[in-house]
Amino acid sequence: MSDAVMTVNIAGVEFKNPVMVGSGTFGSGMEYSEFVDLNKLGAVVTKGVANVPWLGNPTPRVVETCGGMLNAIGLQNPGIDTFIERDLEFLKDYDTKVIVNVCGKTVEDYLEVVERLSDKAVDMLEINVSCPNVKEGAIAFGQKADALFNITEQIKKHAAQPVIMKLSPNVTDIAEMAKAAEAAGADAISLINTLTAMKIDIHKRTFALANKTGGLSGPAIKPVAVRMVYQAAQAVKIPVIGMGGIANAEDALEFIMAGATAVAVGAMNFHNPYTTQEVIDGIHDYMIKYGVKDIRELTGCVKQV
Amino acid sequence: MSKRKETARVISQEKLADEIYSMWIKTGIASDAVPGQFLSVYTKDKTRLLPRPISICEADDKDGGRLRIVYRIAGAGTKEFSKYKTGDEVDILGPLGNGFPIKNEKAILVGGGIGIPPMLELAKRLKGEKTIVLGYRNKDTFLDKEFLSYGNVVIATDDGSLGTKGNVIDAIKENKVDGGVIYACGPTPMLRGVKKFAEENSIEAYISLEERMACGVGACLGCVCKSTDTDDHSKVKNKRICADGPVFNATEVEL
Repeated sequence: MSDAVMTVNIAGVEFKNPVMVGSGTFGSGMEYSEFVDLNKLGAVVTKGVANVPWLGNPTPRVVETCGGMLNAIGLQNPGIDTFIERDLEFLKDYDTKVIVNVCGKTVEDYLEVVERLSDKAVDMLEINVSCPNVKEGAIAFGQKADALFNITEQIKKHAAQPVIMKLSPNVTDIAEMAKAAEAAGADAISLINTLTAMKIDIHKRTFALANKTGGLSGPAIKPVAVRMVYQAAQAVKIPVIGMGGIANAEDALEFIMAGATAVAVGAMNFHNPYTTQEVIDGIHDYMIKYGVKDIRELTGCVKQV
Repeated sequence: MSKRKETARVISQEKLADEIYSMWIKTGIASDAVPGQFLSVYTKDKTRLLPRPISICEADDKDGGRLRIVYRIAGAGTKEFSKYKTGDEVDILGPLGNGFPIKNEKAILVGGGIGIPPMLELAKRLKGEKTIVLGYRNKDTFLDKEFLSYGNVVIATDDGSLGTKGNVIDAIKENKVDGGVIYACGPTPMLRGVKKFAEENSIEAYISLEERMACGVGACLGCVCKSTDTDDHSKVKNKRICADGPVFNATEVEL
């Protein structure tokens, strides 16, 4: 692959390629390691972990929609103790970067997790301030610029690793949110999390999800995500990690050209567990075809005709 | 071999009853499959993102491995499957889940509606004495005659048009069915009844649950059920139906 350099650097962390997974779609990689060689991934981004175990929402938690799906898992997770003992221990054996997604109900919850991870084999932290499926915390910090600024600043004071703030698309002005994260010291931003959505079961005349609303992901949201990644990348100088319905290399390249330094495959892991590998191979093929020597030539290269 | 995604080929397809179809597919996954496990079946229409979890009805090594699914048309995805013809390709992921434990005891197999199919392979592999209790809405039955060569078959129908009028528990009581272990798959109210019956009669029971799924492999936590005790994996009172089940000891879960 020496003829097409795919390594990218985010806040001093070097990734072997720009392809990661979307938090919550891949566990900690354990289940998907039966299908995917985790050593080939740019990074494994774990499912959100809190200071204590979370039960999550009642079922049904997932439902399919045209070109996508809704989820309202509610950030079920085993808590930081088990996560450190089991999930991080598992990931130690792989030659890939580890990004831990952190969630909480209060600022103190987030800080506790961040501090527990400070001496662990973790390359970056991704702060989930954008989950639409929990009542307390999470998105409450991610929909107002001043709240986002505040939590980012606090986390930066306590974090040993570089911090990625994961942004919600459920805002009026994504550029303003991106700027707030940058101004508070975030090392990078990732977007988009899911779009708040609803499906109604007309046969039962009920909400399809027990939580009434859920987060829409999958190819249906890709054009929205590309637009938001572009607007965010235009607004800030810190690296942007782009995601939202990436199904193949062509999709990933759109995000990269819109300004994403790296990309993440999310819901499409459910459709095809080999998607990440196919995206990595496809980006490489594109670079060879068009004589692109370094992936960075493509980052934000889109221009008006 | 572990679980994997494969493009299988349709050997044959037939309609068994109203909205109920049976499809045999040629796949190497068959040789690894055990009764109670399921497949993720993917639609060709790519606007449908998620695979459909469908239980394995039969699996053997004939012709390099063949596997049977019997499914109900529940929506556009399964409707697409019902149109597949001999020779068509079908993408599957499997075998998924844990399957029924094989016990050397007199067994009661209980299937309700579209929960009946996994009982067929189980009936084949259980070598001891067994009674098979099947619950249907009405006399438009399916698979019942195929069970006859494996054991005594008892039928319950909601409308009483065949067998016992009522549910599977009514049929068990009416026919004085007994055994040392119960295996069951069907709608949640039926499983609730089986769990209660098993508790009252101190019989060990294994029940197969279902829920809307996304990944099918235990990563997304979409398809959880409530567990009696704190689960070792989740650290909360939730178990993953796709990965920790779909078959559970009835005492492990709350319905």
